[in-house]
Amino acid sequence: MEIFLSSLVSVAFHGLAYGMILYVISVGLSVTMGLMGFTNLAHGVFAMTGGYVLVVSLSKFDIPFPLALALCFGLVALVSVVLERTLYARLYGEAELEQVLFTIGLIYMSVAVARLIFGTLQQPVILPEYLKGQFSLMGRDFPAYRVFLILFTSAIIAALWFGVERTIWGAKVRASVDNRAMAQSIGINTKSLFTTTFAVGSGLAGLGGGLGAEIVAIQPTYPFEQLVFFLIVVSVGGLGSLRGPFVAALLIGVTDTACKYWLPEFGAFFIYIATIGLLLWRPQGLLGKRS
Amino acid sequence: MTYALETRGLSKSFGALTVADRIDFQLDVGARHALIGPNGAGKTTFVNLLTGRLAPSEGLVFLGGEEVSNLSQSERVKKGLGRTFQINTLFSKMSVLDNVALGVSERLGLSSGLWKTAKSYANVTEEAMSLLELLGIESDAHHIVKDLPYGKQRLVEIAIALGLKPKVLLLDEPAAGVPSMESQRILSALDLLPKDIAIMIIEHDMDLVFKFAQKITVLVQGAVLCEGSPQEIAKDTRVHQVYLGEQRA
Amino acid sequence: MSQLVGYTVDSRVRWTEYLPWLLAVLVYFLLPDYLSLGSRVLTYILFALSLDLIIGYAGIITLGHASFFGLGAYITGILAAKLGVTDPLIQLLASGLGAGLLGLVTGAVILKMKGLTQLMLTLAISALCLEVANKATFITGGADGLSGMEIAPILGLFKFDLFGKTAYLYCLFLLFLTWVVIRRLIYSPFGVSLMGIRENAARMHAIGAPVYQKLMVVYTLSALIAGLSGALLAQTNQFVGLNVLGFEPSGELLVMLILGGVGRLYGAFVGPVVFLLAQDYLAKQFPEYWYFGIGLLLVLVVLFARGGVLGILDKFTASSKARQSGAQSS
Repeated sequence: MEIFLSSLVSVAFHGLAYGMILYVISVGLSVTMGLMGFTNLAHGVFAMTGGYVLVVSLSKFDIPFPLALALCFGLVALVSVVLERTLYARLYGEAELEQVLFTIGLIYMSVAVARLIFGTLQQPVILPEYLKGQFSLMGRDFPAYRVFLILFTSAIIAALWFGVERTIWGAKVRASVDNRAMAQSIGINTKSLFTTTFAVGSGLAGLGGGLGAEIVAIQPTYPFEQLVFFLIVVSVGGLGSLRGPFVAALLIGVTDTACKYWLPEFGAFFIYIATIGLLLWRPQGLLGKRS
Repeated sequence: MTYALETRGLSKSFGALTVADRIDFQLDVGARHALIGPNGAGKTTFVNLLTGRLAPSEGLVFLGGEEVSNLSQSERVKKGLGRTFQINTLFSKMSVLDNVALGVSERLGLSSGLWKTAKSYANVTEEAMSLLELLGIESDAHHIVKDLPYGKQRLVEIAIALGLKPKVLLLDEPAAGVPSMESQRILSALDLLPKDIAIMIIEHDMDLVFKFAQKITVLVQGAVLCEGSPQEIAKDTRVHQVYLGEQRA
Repeated sequence: MSQLVGYTVDSRVRWTEYLPWLLAVLVYFLLPDYLSLGSRVLTYILFALSLDLIIGYAGIITLGHASFFGLGAYITGILAAKLGVTDPLIQLLASGLGAGLLGLVTGAVILKMKGLTQLMLTLAISALCLEVANKATFITGGADGLSGMEIAPILGLFKFDLFGKTAYLYCLFLLFLTWVVIRRLIYSPFGVSLMGIRENAARMHAIGAPVYQKLMVVYTLSALIAGLSGALLAQTNQFVGLNVLGFEPSGELLVMLILGGVGRLYGAFVGPVVFLLAQDYLAKQFPEYWYFGIGLLLVLVVLFARGGVLGILDKFTASSKARQSGAQSS
């Protein structure tokens, strides 16, 4: 019984950490898809880029960890702005097939580039000394980095929710997600709103990719392999919503960790089954709007 | 007496917003009926409730005396309910003839034919052609719909609905977007429709309404305000206040 | 742009439609060293045809079409390597039926959804199949793949030879039969109604068409054909690995189809030919640049050349016709 409870706590803890990372990466996708109506399957590319930025900053350039994290966010956001203005913007309002094909093309290109520069192996993450080791809480030892992850991502999420729910920018985003035509007709500059929101969402993905590099390994096939999980988080959570994907991400994080721990022969099998079942029951997602 | 179309207590709410408020409505067989009301009154919503595109919160729908409240759109179509859309909902990259032929073959139950070529079904193409002739657009039969002027596209909308041989036809703003000089063409088309079909139009073009309708229902904020002949409606002060303004005193 | 299917479209076989078959027969006689590549091309043309039915005609986007391909491949592989069922026609039948059944079950789920949810489910089902194949090592061989397949001669007469001659003709024949069926389907009233669904599903509902049922039929048929192509791959390679499942082969097929042109029947012929020939030559020499090139190609096609190779050809012939006759093309 003791051992079971102990593994339960462990699964919950690690599941929480994984779920939070999943959320930080996927929330950008939920908002931009809900806002811009653009099926961006290449979202994982931003997360992967953030991961490589972190790894390279820490190992090659000896950049201090906090700065490296800031770079993850900033560089990826910058790249995403360039991509959005030059390429993505041409395809707004196009049919879904075109958007899907375009973003798959981007995935192929970035996977190839990643392989050329970094090779096919997983990137090892060299954590700073102060985040290594164990952290003691209520008589148990938890990996310090994971504790940091949970705390730090909570702060990011709180800042994000505050930003979307309390600022003018956030109000514009919510209005435009709700009814784009209406928002435009009351003078909201949707074009620049798209760009800034896309930048924030992609930057968060980069940050999440970097932070989570220890949990979700950084390798060139990352965008292919993780895509289905990001999409599950967004569709189960509900497109365009902020809280829905949070619940979905935590559910997935904990379920996946639990399955990998107790039923490793099945792998992610149950996640997929659960997703299918859940969407059959609620096609609009947990907290999405019924269109 | 059996009505062609009837609703009892039909209601629809989205949370606190009520878009249809206990509507009791009757459409006589062979009727020429118009539904009018200010923007946002819920007219298109009402049509969507009638056709089954939208599920009601409460209330019943009857088609020819038979309750259809739980039937899907396709099922209601098979029972004789046809509609046109306010915004052209056509197969824009296909020819005019194909647009109508699709509906005809569905009705005849031929659209699941897998082996013979579509072209060989002469009865389908002939019937489609005759409908185009009825509406005066047979010369455009082989033109792609999106290349047609808007007014003709509206006629294609009506042709498709006719191909279903409906007993009840709901026309959602048939003259919408058509310059008022051309709306005469729409009116002539409506005059040519078989007398045994019950027709209800939603319209803002009052000229068309008063020329076409024998009976008018006024809908305001999802509820029926009043009903009557065109003369009665024209004189009703409530209607004036809410809708017609001071134009017709 | 002229319409390809409809009630007034002439569906008699045009002379240009004989060309691909002529070409295929010529290859058999003139390029005997390339027959195994040829079989691969024919297999993928069949696979691409099945995808075109869904994307080009019914208008449903799927990222998981390889599920049916892979299932077909594994059914044949398991029958041949583990269960001693060596007759290739029985293997083919089993693969088609198995994949068709998967199509029926998954279609019932997917076709009720729309948009992102539908897309994501196709991906999830695909990931599910890959996961099962990966973990059920006792029947699928897991990451090592399924080898030791025994394939008996076709009809007891035609042995699969080392030069790939039998395999090539076998694939060609199967492709031909399927093409006949699909071609009739497209020009039939059912095919026109599929086009209607793709063009305007809302309108199809409003004319009383049982949209869901029609989509189920085409989805299941498409899955069945994809299963057949998977069986072909397994039989001609006499090996099945995990690379027949998942996002990668689904994505590759998508590229092939887009390259050729979606919804044009022959796009499914042109695309795999161009792609696989290029891959055979380029990918071995510069694998990463090849991968990058595919991505770039996809981006460029979407931005500038929507209709694929056939679309470009169309524009070219339309503008040269216009110059010749001085009249407007339809």
